[in-house]
Amino acid sequence: MKIALIDYGSGNLQSAYKALELAGSYKKSKIFLTSKSKDLLKIDKIVLPGVGTFADCMKGLKSLPGMIDTLNEIVLQKKKPFLGICVGMQLLASEGKEKGNHKGLGWIAGKVIKIKKNKKKKVPHMGWNTVKVISKHPILKKKKFESYFVHSYNFICRDKKNILATCDYQQNITAIIGKENIIGTQFHPEKSQKVGLEILKNFICWTY
Amino acid sequence: MLKIRIIPCLDVKNGKVVKGTKFVNLKYAGDPVKQAQIYDKQGADELCFLDITASSDKRNILYNVVKKTAQKCFMPLTVGGGVRSIQDIRKLLLCGADKVSINTAAIKNPELIKKSSNKFGNQCIVVAIDAKQIKKNKWQIYTHGGRKKTGIDAIEWAKKMENLGAGEILLTSMDKDGTKSGFDLELTKKISKSISIPVVASGGVGNIQHLIDGIKIGKASAVLAASIFHYGKYTVGQVKNKMKQKGILVRI
Repeated sequence: MKIALIDYGSGNLQSAYKALELAGSYKKSKIFLTSKSKDLLKIDKIVLPGVGTFADCMKGLKSLPGMIDTLNEIVLQKKKPFLGICVGMQLLASEGKEKGNHKGLGWIAGKVIKIKKNKKKKVPHMGWNTVKVISKHPILKKKKFESYFVHSYNFICRDKKNILATCDYQQNITAIIGKENIIGTQFHPEKSQKVGLEILKNFICWTY
Repeated sequence: MLKIRIIPCLDVKNGKVVKGTKFVNLKYAGDPVKQAQIYDKQGADELCFLDITASSDKRNILYNVVKKTAQKCFMPLTVGGGVRSIQDIRKLLLCGADKVSINTAAIKNPELIKKSSNKFGNQCIVVAIDAKQIKKNKWQIYTHGGRKKTGIDAIEWAKKMENLGAGEILLTSMDKDGTKSGFDLELTKKISKSISIPVVASGGVGNIQHLIDGIKIGKASAVLAASIFHYGKYTVGQVKNKMKQKGILVRI
């Protein structure tokens, strides 16, 4: 099993790499850090990490020659399992509204908008929150679990079917999205201790 | 709902934990990576490394500590101390830090907060405020590890940092730090109520009740402590259980 972790300068790259390596160790999976689009042609699964602003991450991804076209081909046509983490999930949206309007990959229809804050509802939504699974998925074995979130923007799916899990922060926060071979987590599995490693392991074991 | 965060803090100098080295408890031999792993197992919600290494040529040691910790602990890490530029922040993030705490550089160059939050997102930029009470209801901030007076009002500064893009305030009371007599609750409450980003209360924790007060009275989103965990007085788990009994939402 070969898993590509896309290196486009995102902050959580190393943590994601180490967590995937540990989560995949018993399956003898190999994690490839890559920024070359042609590398993706030989792999089984893709993980897109993401820390930073929507625009900055999108710019980073675009700066890799042929990367977006290759991702479109491999994920949308060849249906290889794909996992996006945090901003790596938000980039799947049609549009991101962080510091201006920015086009996303458009794989899951929706937009990413700022969470409204006040003195009692602090933003960033930062810390451990309970994720409630509302739609069954092979990589989600538990109905409820605690995960680490750190973000100020929320993914609003146009089709509610794409929301697999939510959490409560005086409003509904989209915690996990999914569509066919694509899955995305707003929280950081690579920072969610045992629970997070479990999800990564399930992703590695997932056959779509 | 979102849980309150319990954050053990490790003061690191030249790659070694400094608090506790004078004590005989050899379980804490001063290796920050080992200590981080202990806190990870105990269920800490985040970890904080504060680098107090004076000379900048020894900075690489810190990067290694962060890197090694991030390879072993799959939990959020905040790193602070001597962070001066976008490059410093990027380096720390690439080593595995999730948040970077900025103190002196924010005062010297407030634009750094704006630029770095635009680049890395607000969630990643923590502004550390060291505050000292000068009269009733009035606190001012200090820099250079508390050695330099700035004359800046702490509450106004916190608001300004939020406006520039800080995602969190790490608030330390210099009057309380090291006293084991509890947080400066007035200060914590005033700042928590003035801004809409999370406030981490720090400085002065001597027992579990102090942590509870920081949340209930000080209205902090998270509490940070070094010595009560470091000297083994309590484990993170014991603290959380006690806090849960008192009705505080924690992750067990």
